[in-house]
Amino acid sequence: MTKKDPVCGMEIDPDTVFASREHMGQKFYFCSEDCVGKFDTDPHRYAMATSATTGVNPELSLAQLNIPIQGLKKNSDSVQLESSLKAQSGMSRVVVNRAAGIAQVTYDPKVITLTKLAELVRSAGYQIGGTQTRIGIQNLRCASCVKFIEGELRATPGVLSVSVNVATQEATVDYLPEKTTLADLNTAIESWGYKPNPATSEEPIDKQQAAHEKEYRRLMNRFWFAAFISLPVLVTAYSKFVPFVRDWSMETLRLAWGMTALLTLPVLFWSGSDFFTGAWAALKHRSANMNSLIALGTAAAWLYSTIAILFPSIFPEGTSEPFYDVVAVVIALVVLGQALELRAKGRTSEAIKKLMGLQAKTARVVRNGQELDIPVEEVLVGDVVQVRPGEKVPVDGLILEGSSAVDESMLTGESLPASKRPGDEVIGATLNKTGAFKFRATKVGKDTALAQIVKMVQDAQNSKAPIARMADKVSGYFVPVVMILAVLTFILWFDFGPQPQLVYALVTAVTVLIIACPCALGLATPMSLMVGIGKGAENGILIRSGEALQTAQGIKIVILDKTGTITKGKPELTDTVLAAAWQENDLLHLAASVERSSEHPLAEAIVEGAKAKGIALSEPSAFEAVPGFGVIATVDGRRVVLGNLKMMNREKINLGDLEQKATSLADDGKTPMYMAVDGQAAGIVAVADTVKEDSAEAISALQKMGIEVVMITGDNQRTAQAIARKVGVDRVLAEVLPEDKAKNVHLLQAEGKLVAMVGDGINDAPALAQADVGLAIGTGTDVAIEASDITLIKGSLKGVVTAIEVSRATMGNIKQNLFGAFIYNALGLPVAMGVLFPFFGILLNPLIAGAAMAFSSVTVVGNANRLRSFKPKFSVK
Amino acid sequence: MTTAQIIVTLGGIALGFFIAWFFWFAPKGQTRAAMSATGAQEVAITVKGGYTPDVIVVKSGRPVRLTFTRQESSACSEEVLFPDFNKSSLLPEGQPVTLEFTPEKPGEYGFQCKMGMLRGKLIAE
Repeated sequence: MTKKDPVCGMEIDPDTVFASREHMGQKFYFCSEDCVGKFDTDPHRYAMATSATTGVNPELSLAQLNIPIQGLKKNSDSVQLESSLKAQSGMSRVVVNRAAGIAQVTYDPKVITLTKLAELVRSAGYQIGGTQTRIGIQNLRCASCVKFIEGELRATPGVLSVSVNVATQEATVDYLPEKTTLADLNTAIESWGYKPNPATSEEPIDKQQAAHEKEYRRLMNRFWFAAFISLPVLVTAYSKFVPFVRDWSMETLRLAWGMTALLTLPVLFWSGSDFFTGAWAALKHRSANMNSLIALGTAAAWLYSTIAILFPSIFPEGTSEPFYDVVAVVIALVVLGQALELRAKGRTSEAIKKLMGLQAKTARVVRNGQELDIPVEEVLVGDVVQVRPGEKVPVDGLILEGSSAVDESMLTGESLPASKRPGDEVIGATLNKTGAFKFRATKVGKDTALAQIVKMVQDAQNSKAPIARMADKVSGYFVPVVMILAVLTFILWFDFGPQPQLVYALVTAVTVLIIACPCALGLATPMSLMVGIGKGAENGILIRSGEALQTAQGIKIVILDKTGTITKGKPELTDTVLAAAWQENDLLHLAASVERSSEHPLAEAIVEGAKAKGIALSEPSAFEAVPGFGVIATVDGRRVVLGNLKMMNREKINLGDLEQKATSLADDGKTPMYMAVDGQAAGIVAVADTVKEDSAEAISALQKMGIEVVMITGDNQRTAQAIARKVGVDRVLAEVLPEDKAKNVHLLQAEGKLVAMVGDGINDAPALAQADVGLAIGTGTDVAIEASDITLIKGSLKGVVTAIEVSRATMGNIKQNLFGAFIYNALGLPVAMGVLFPFFGILLNPLIAGAAMAFSSVTVVGNANRLRSFKPKFSVK
Repeated sequence: MTTAQIIVTLGGIALGFFIAWFFWFAPKGQTRAAMSATGAQEVAITVKGGYTPDVIVVKSGRPVRLTFTRQESSACSEEVLFPDFNKSSLLPEGQPVTLEFTPEKPGEYGFQCKMGMLRGKLIAE
């Protein structure tokens, strides 16, 4: 009998082996010196991997792993991934499950490391969908320790890749949360004597806020320094107006100026260092921006002043006065402006912060029969999560056991808590009210409804509105044009200006450089977009892009799909008509008891309607469904027939005036059903897809906004007209086949107006895509509706009104900003050049130009912030 | 007109033309993306006062992997946007951030900071 070499796995004859060893009472045989050498260094590892009876123990030596793969669903071709994984030696089985987005691999962990697996997946063009976390490491100073910590983390099972950054004192770790936890990673770091910072997963938005705070302090330090230096500089610059200083002799003054020259140097190169590094970087790329202008202006002022006091003789009489005040004060003001702008900007992302704040931080999952409290990032698809009353649902999923009422108002706007039973969907970030339940996680991390909402809002906030393209074009040419204008100003004043020409020429040229504010132009659109789209999100409206937002303001026609948009999309019991001697409750009792056995949606409506009235139902017997006619059953010993006119004729029931009443119900868009008991007509029950409570109000609001409302439906004219009358829509497109909806949208567009289509996003997708703006009504976790430009997560038509209001308010704000920025530059530049001088003798002081420039961009951000007070006509909650 | 004025006038006009030429007409340096072993075109970009490199040439139809490292704290450059690809990312200071996408069609695609002060261009051939 042959034995297996525990190191290389080769089958060898025990009699001819190279060497043998005893370990833990078991004998091992080796084929070569190499193998026995390996065994000797770590006998335990190899001994544990084998069992005495079967040679290799498959359970210990082969590991199975589900690797979540990103992007697998979209790319249909997973063959390459599968084959490249299979080609790896040590791999025994690869199954790629595209629907689940998982590659299941069975491999020999001695041959293939997780890092190698990650590499293979990456080289096949995919990303591993593990968790990434950043762990701060305190007092990490030496570069050599980085290697040890990286090695230790890499050796932790489940870790895919590691990089430790000394500069940021952070380890970035990609890992599979099913194999390891944050606590394990922290232990790995601690084993090298370092203290990990509490590895609470930091939201990028918090980080950004912290970075803003730091940057604000940095700017303010620079501002205070520049402001402090500005005081003595101003005193000497305006010596004529300062008592005591005005009595100084020319020599003393010149000496003081020399001092200010030195004092302003650190202002230039410390407080104003950003301008110079920025200007230099831009210059290297043959581009120019605000930094270039400020750097040029202040540097020119400083150089001129310094030459003027060092070599007064080379300048004409009276021109050798310095103006260091321009250097110090302008830098102080512009830095202050930047700091204030930063503050104001922080408020523009409030909406996103609010959304992210909804996320639960931890989850209680049941793994291997144990309840574990883990960070929400580590919850995996398929985990069973336990939720107690008063807790937030951590991720999206389906209830397995238990029941409760869940407050979903933060995501759906539905103010009443939704009752949840096993099989129902729960959404992450909603609040569990009454009962405890367990659910299976179906969407985690980036896939949860909340994460998708946040991502969508962020993407939209960063997208571009077409209106910004004009500002972009202008700002591409703006700065060089300003420079040329400054040169031109210099020439004009030098050639035609009053004496001392050199001073006038230089001051005006510097003023031109300083007053120009390309930032205000650049900020105008993105700031308002950020606030506007955030405001939409707060009101349950997800606007996908700046383009959608801009288009929505000009909507002239809104097409509403009937079913599910104007109406609830689900039939309800609406009317009962009683024949003589019948009570409503008795009639409904019989009707609902019969329909209990039917699965038709109309039947469900009757059963629900009866239950809602608190009517107890009986068990029907002899149930018979007659397709195209109705149903017959025996309830409480009475023969009940429920159906249409054909059914009644078949049963030869005398309907009397019921037939006329049924017709009038049908005219109202309802579906009447006759009922006969024991061969006598008993009455009519009517069901209808009822209109949402607020549809009429929303439609009239749209009409008041000057928008034409059109209803589109596949229903017949009569039903369609009935609903249209109820909600006040004049124009109805009825009997439209689903595939013709897009064509009808196109026909309305041909009238030359911007058309919005509101529908459910699945059946109406082509029509939504055809419309200028497609608004999809989302439900539950399904928020990322591809075809739509705008998603209304609250399911109410009032969202359409609010969406258009948000769009109009935001676009108005953008226009104010752009107008302001253009006017500012269009007026400021000529004034700085001195157009007013020949007529009124007014010349702009460069200090005032600096102040104007600094606060123009603050004003733009401030104006965008005004949007935060936007209140929709129909406030939510 | 004095001699000084004539010199300043002529010099100024020349400077004006130079500015126009320098910023608008002079050819810009381009950086061609290196092809990695996996077929992605990789470029590392430093963000400091501008994007270095700022004109990047890639082949269309192949994935592009751009790694931005921001080496300044100025809030202006904290985010990089690729409006044509609907991609954007925060750039925490000192941390490499990789953006990956595939330009399907040849053309010029701009990228920029949020307010458009820093700009770069991706040329897909």
